[in-house]
Amino acid sequence: MTALSFPSAPAGPPPALLATTTSRRRLMACAAPDLASHLALVGPLPDAARLPGVRVAELAAEAGLTGRGGAAFPTGRKLASLGEAVRSGRPPVVVANGAEGEPASSKDHALLAHAPHLVLDGLALAVRAVTGAVGSSAGGAEAHLYAPAEVVRTLAPLLVERAAAGVDEVAVRSTAAPDRFVAGQSSAVASAVAGGPALPRTPWPPPRLVGAGTAQRPGRPTLVMNVETLAHLGLLARLGASWFRSVGTDDEPGTRLVTVSGAVRTPRVAEVAGGAPLADVLSAAGGASEQLSALLVGGYHGGWVPFGERAPHTASLPHSGSALAPWGADPGAGVVIALPSRACGLRAGADVARYLAAQTAGQCGPCVNGLPTLAEHLEALADAGAAVPSRQHSREGLARRVHELHRVAGLVDGRGACHHPSGSVRLVRSTLMTFADDVQAHLGGRCLAREER
Amino acid sequence: MSAVERLHVDWTRCDGRGLCTELLGELLAEDDWGYPVSTTGEVAPAVPRRLQRAAHLAVGECPRMALSLRPAP
Ligand code: SF4
Ligand code: SF4
Repeated sequence: MTALSFPSAPAGPPPALLATTTSRRRLMACAAPDLASHLALVGPLPDAARLPGVRVAELAAEAGLTGRGGAAFPTGRKLASLGEAVRSGRPPVVVANGAEGEPASSKDHALLAHAPHLVLDGLALAVRAVTGAVGSSAGGAEAHLYAPAEVVRTLAPLLVERAAAGVDEVAVRSTAAPDRFVAGQSSAVASAVAGGPALPRTPWPPPRLVGAGTAQRPGRPTLVMNVETLAHLGLLARLGASWFRSVGTDDEPGTRLVTVSGAVRTPRVAEVAGGAPLADVLSAAGGASEQLSALLVGGYHGGWVPFGERAPHTASLPHSGSALAPWGADPGAGVVIALPSRACGLRAGADVARYLAAQTAGQCGPCVNGLPTLAEHLEALADAGAAVPSRQHSREGLARRVHELHRVAGLVDGRGACHHPSGSVRLVRSTLMTFADDVQAHLGGRCLAREER
Repeated sequence: MSAVERLHVDWTRCDGRGLCTELLGELLAEDDWGYPVSTTGEVAPAVPRRLQRAAHLAVGECPRMALSLRPAP
């Protein structure tokens, strides 16, 4: 299990820490179990007179805040995108998404456990942005917290506390998210909060326009925002865009939460500067605990970046979308898994591919059929390098499987109602690319990782 | 010039019976599992002018109402 490194709230006045420009501990400096200590720590949100809805979206844009659930969409644009649908008179629904279906991620869970009020502040601001942008009152708008059942249960008293204190213009309801990889996809979230199944649907028209409805029968415009994104918004509204940008790089401003696991000394959720060198991200979890061969960056839908003795140059590679793109990776939801040299990358890739195949929501033909096919070929390729393969493999048969992996990946990519097939294909392609030497070795019945041991 | 339309498949509806690949063979082929895959390599292929009628027919005939034509963005 991942160790959480949030400290509890110190007593006393708001820490100067938050206002200092260089601290990388921002969300993590805001741990507070109840509303009173939260307000003592960070102060109240600016009211709508001082920070009207339109300004909330502008502020997010000025800060360069992007979604922290994986897609990295610009938050300012997202907050402004509901305008037209809301102007048509349908009251909007805003969802704080803490479903975190990715098994290697626990940062959203950690954040909700330690700084829940900051997330709920962000949710209140997002509601203000989508209602205020059209000059309407919040009348009829809904705010939802969508998170795993045990989180929803733990946070129930907090929602009561906030309602009693009157800090939110719109009372927050909660909906339990099922424990499934795709339950956090935005169309699944829109369906779930509208009382339907937490299954993705074809994202056209997008949920932000029609919610869980269709073009013919539109539902309520629904905005789904990751809980970490909202927490950043909660601080940004108090401290400003230039404060936000004072840490991080131009293309990855601010901080982000990462879940670092695998072969590191202290697996944990940590907060790092945007665009930090990959070696620094590992250091936040105590550094590598043994010789590494690669990092899986971005989670199960992410990509492998060679790391360690085999690739000394990637230690200084920025944890940013543009720097990671050549490996088919991006920061995604902040997952980093360190793979030790003695573990076979093809085996690791095959295990992830098998997991992903089991997580299809069973709705779309190419995803349902294609992902198990990809997993099977990758497993056979991994098996060929085992000390005692479970069956006979010929070089020709294996080469054919490599060819099939590329061909079937092309057939699956983009052909589903949600991002799952594309994300899974990305993982498979990245496995074949980063572990290309391993593929060659396995074709001949050898395994580089075994030879390392 | 009329606006280009693209042919989209709602994968949650399509059951891969392949009627569309018969009506619109120039644009759609069957993949390994019988689901329509565009012959152009695009996920949602642009429909050339001369195939517009056939495309509209396929949309209308799909028993699962899985096909739609939408203006290319
Ligand atoms: S693409 Fe796959 S995971 Fe997504 S809705 Fe379709 S079957 Fe489910
Ligand atoms: S006709 Fe409709 S249901 Fe049949 S394969 Fe084509 S899109 Fe799918």
